Amino acid sequence: MIGPAQDLAFSLPHFGPELVLVGFALSAAVIGAWGGERSFRPLSFLGIVALLVAGGWAIVARPDAPVAIFQGVLVVDGVGVFAKALIAFAAAATLALGSDYFGAAKDRRFEYPVLVVLAALGMFVMVSSQDLISLYVGVELQSLCAYVLAAWRRDDSRSSEAGLKYFVLSALASGLLLYGASFVYGFTGSVRFDAIAEAVAQGQGGVGLLFGLVLMLCALGFKMSAAPFHMWTPDVYEGAPTPVTAFFAAAPKVAAVALMARILYDPFIALESQWLQVVVALSAISMVWGSFGALMQTSLKRLMAYSSIANMGFALMGLVAGADAGPGAALIYLALYLPATIGVFALIMSMRRAGEPVETIADLAGLARKRPWMATLYTMLLFSLAGIPPFAGFIGKLVVFQAAVAADLAWLAVVGGIAAVVAAGYYLRILASIWFSPAAEPLSPASSTVMTMASAAALLSFPILIVALGAIERWAAWAIARSF
Amino acid sequence: MDIGLAHYLFVAAALFTIGCFGIFANAKNVIIILMSIELILLSVNVNLVAFSAFLQNIEGQIFAMLVLTVAAAEAAVGLAILVTYFRNRGNIAVEDINQMRG
Repeated sequence: MIGPAQDLAFSLPHFGPELVLVGFALSAAVIGAWGGERSFRPLSFLGIVALLVAGGWAIVARPDAPVAIFQGVLVVDGVGVFAKALIAFAAAATLALGSDYFGAAKDRRFEYPVLVVLAALGMFVMVSSQDLISLYVGVELQSLCAYVLAAWRRDDSRSSEAGLKYFVLSALASGLLLYGASFVYGFTGSVRFDAIAEAVAQGQGGVGLLFGLVLMLCALGFKMSAAPFHMWTPDVYEGAPTPVTAFFAAAPKVAAVALMARILYDPFIALESQWLQVVVALSAISMVWGSFGALMQTSLKRLMAYSSIANMGFALMGLVAGADAGPGAALIYLALYLPATIGVFALIMSMRRAGEPVETIADLAGLARKRPWMATLYTMLLFSLAGIPPFAGFIGKLVVFQAAVAADLAWLAVVGGIAAVVAAGYYLRILASIWFSPAAEPLSPASSTVMTMASAAALLSFPILIVALGAIERWAAWAIARSF
Repeated sequence: MDIGLAHYLFVAAALFTIGCFGIFANAKNVIIILMSIELILLSVNVNLVAFSAFLQNIEGQIFAMLVLTVAAAEAAVGLAILVTYFRNRGNIAVEDINQMRG
């Protein structure tokens, strides 16, 4: 047993990415207090840099075997590194969108980059947590920042309603998570994942432990907006400012799925036959509900909310496939899902008519005639989300379907296939409006930031990602080999 | 009569249930929802401390301290959001929180 001082000296270098984010958030809070609105753009830029540095550092400093730091409270391992890279990328992209959007809307409060970076820090802690306390603190750091971000436009009643709904339901989910965690602690005798795994493997715990585990899974399902715990998603997505919605649709999903993979395959691996049913049910209900719920929507943001529910169902389908293939399939799915969803939200964010934001499908009518390049980008990104070959989303669905079939859950893959076909229907409805409807009033031109990011996202969806797909699969395999 | 672990767990479960009902079976006031959330977090603390004493293991009490701290932060954020909501809408009745649905 090494002493606290040696442990600190050993741990801090492995904690570098998180320290970058802490350093940025604290100094930005002070600089912003002096600089006020003038510091919004510089701090946003620095926040993007800090997130990219943190993600890059996590990748460069990746360990060859899991490294437990801070006396085993956190761990640096493959799944953590993979998830951190995705989270940092998604948070940086959405921070760039936010800087553009709030800068144009003359709503330049410097707390925005601070909160996004702190939320990313919470997610970093979530995906590397190795005991119940660090898990809870990470989840709460992420959630508290998210409540404030959802209510960001404090003079807009829809935004504050979104914040209030998100707060009440998410606080209830945190309560469930904690109540479950207290039972897991009580019936295994420790909050540490390694001790819990030992106790579970010896068959301790019984019904109390299962009760706690199911409560924790429900709470995590809530945080990743898996049905039937999705009821907050459409309202929050609609009410929150669009760059914040883009953030919600990207980074927290990765963190929640990676955290779920970690607790299922690390401390609770011996209970696989029990939790498998819960995860399969979450996956099937999410895919079906997300796909059918979107059919009647007219608001693009609500539609994307149901789309993200369905996509979480597909990611969870990847998780069920056992320790070797499962987490890897889920991570590949998320890596391919992120660029498309961020790109679509960038395009939704740019929809303005005479300075006022608009967000219904009807507002896109005839876009192809006025702005052909934007229409092409929409087409590529939505094809990728719908999983139409040869776009990246197709590969993602293929990977999780293979994982489900390999786990003897072919019926789940069939449900997923049906849901994907239904989902393709509503994506095509948007495209029909863009390409074939008579032109509505033209939208205002999008900013160069939006067009650059949407083009980059479309390129990542096709064709570059096809070339890079082998690399992503190798990275995921690498990550799984160095975890748990 | 000896007071054992089961009694504490029962009290915590009762608090937790009351908290959940306070959130779902109440259509009057958002402040009551905030109080219910606090009740749920406190029931968790009763659980943690009872298990900690029963297991002769300090980890549960450390966990309870952190839960207390985070609960305070959560209440602060919740009340701040509630204030912005009240400024926009002029009331905090739960049945009026329905601008968005579908």
